[in-house]
Amino acid sequence: MSQATQAIEPVAASAARLGGRPLWTAGLYASASWAAAAIVTKSLPNVVPWGSDDLFAILVGLTAIGFAALAVVGPRSGRLRETLDYYGPWFIAIGVWLTSWEFATAKTGWLPKPFFSPPTGLLHVYVTEWPRLLICIGYSLRLWALGFGLGASFGYVLGVALGWSKRFAYWGMPILKLIGPVPATAWIPVTFYFFPTTFDASVFIVALASGIPVMILTSSGVASVNRVYYDVGRNLGAKPWYLVSRIAIPSALPHTFVGLFMGLYYSFAVLVVAEILGAKWGLGWYIQFQTNYSGYANVYATLVIMALLCAGLVKLLFMARDWLLNWQKGFI
Amino acid sequence: MPATATALRVAGPVAPRSVAIDIRNLSHEFDLQGSCLEVLQSIDLSVAAGEFVALLGPSGCGKSTLLRLVSGLDQPTAGSIVADGAVVDRPDPSRILVFQDPTLFPWTSVWRNVATGLDARGVLDGRESRVDDALRLVRLTAFARAYPHQLSGGMAQRAALARALVNDPALLLLDEPLGQLDSLTRLTLQTELLALWRDKGFTAILVSHDVEEALLLASRVIVLSERPAHIQAEFNVYLPYPRHRDNPELVALRRQILGTLGLET
Repeated sequence: MSQATQAIEPVAASAARLGGRPLWTAGLYASASWAAAAIVTKSLPNVVPWGSDDLFAILVGLTAIGFAALAVVGPRSGRLRETLDYYGPWFIAIGVWLTSWEFATAKTGWLPKPFFSPPTGLLHVYVTEWPRLLICIGYSLRLWALGFGLGASFGYVLGVALGWSKRFAYWGMPILKLIGPVPATAWIPVTFYFFPTTFDASVFIVALASGIPVMILTSSGVASVNRVYYDVGRNLGAKPWYLVSRIAIPSALPHTFVGLFMGLYYSFAVLVVAEILGAKWGLGWYIQFQTNYSGYANVYATLVIMALLCAGLVKLLFMARDWLLNWQKGFI
Repeated sequence: MPATATALRVAGPVAPRSVAIDIRNLSHEFDLQGSCLEVLQSIDLSVAAGEFVALLGPSGCGKSTLLRLVSGLDQPTAGSIVADGAVVDRPDPSRILVFQDPTLFPWTSVWRNVATGLDARGVLDGRESRVDDALRLVRLTAFARAYPHQLSGGMAQRAALARALVNDPALLLLDEPLGQLDSLTRLTLQTELLALWRDKGFTAILVSHDVEEALLLASRVIVLSERPAHIQAEFNVYLPYPRHRDNPELVALRRQILGTLGLET
């Protein structure tokens, strides 16, 4: 009996040790690749000066130290450790990317100015231009929120009507099929004529780009609701409004979200164009302005901001979807 | 005949809410891309208040169509259906169809599903306890907050029954409600269905493809012909509840019905 217990114990102990993971080696490699970026930036001479070299080297160097610290004294188990293990390869790759990017641009000039900018160049843009960029972000978000909000709302309501009412679909569907494929920006001349200000015209363009996918997907979602659900509703005494609001709409919600995701991407794509229309602020306007002056570092820096904004909004939409569609978990 | 059928309900209390159904010369056609498909042909059938009638027939013969017409979800091509003197021309929560598939709304909880009828008619406020009662009746209280996809097949069908019963229907139309369940769950639900019918006293019309099930539950078994369906034979089941499948009379009736269906062994 006691022999058996003894035989089991060492196994259990080693299993406990296995539960904790070994050193985070990927962190050491990441630390090395980021340190390389700092060293390349600081030790090699610049072919072309971009500014903010010291700040970049400090930031990248501190990150390298952070990775090394996490690798050595960081957690051996738990959520944080799982995240670190998962993203380890990406951390290494980003360090390698920053090193080679800095090397190929500022240090050697293989990728020449003004068409290419090193990471130090982008950082320099943020350091010197941040007040103006912040205002531009504010203006762009206002335009986007108004355009996407209006477009998604109208698209949703019209989509439900198209999917539900045969008469509405009779008139609406052919029109939607005609104007659906036309790029939203093609409407710019007409919108200039119809809208009192260029801002209104810009809002309309963004609304159109985001509204049409929401409309198409919502209408197809409402039209493809399992007919038996309506039979159940009618049998239990439901009036038409109840059938729409409590059966058609929730049942079509997964389709609606696909439309919202598409609309979000389209709205960002046209945001830049919409801000050319006589705007004085906004990320799209800023990109346009800097392109004219060959300020490509500023253009890239702004594009990075736009990409991050879009990714953030997509993330928010995903969270809303997961919250509203948690009943779907058993299906997908 | 209706008097006999009612007298047969041995232990059942006086029906608090049930309805008599009168089907006269009922015919129905489907319009299939211009060509007419005759589904039902001159059906005459009277169901007494509180009676439990089973419809048997070859697959695709129009049994489900007949139930849909009685529920009022579809309108017949010819003939009439009368419920307690009133012509059936629209669906009504007093006559509820329970489908083979539970058809619960997947986007909302079991509780909200059961509450659908009360909610749709705007009478849920103050009657929440009736939803709880219906869930208790089908032993699903613990799953009130669950989503339909978290239920087993038998539980989902019990939830569908609760969704019907919460409206206190006078007529329950059962379209093979146990057809997709495993045999053990079927047996349990047959017993429960019978208990509910005897307790509530509603009229029940059951479509089934299981002769034994029909004989265990119904006081009268109607055999329909191939499409276009007409009534081929009618069998009264003069047996007290609960019935046992090995009862010699039941076995004899079973053989007789299978013979009518052309399936004698």
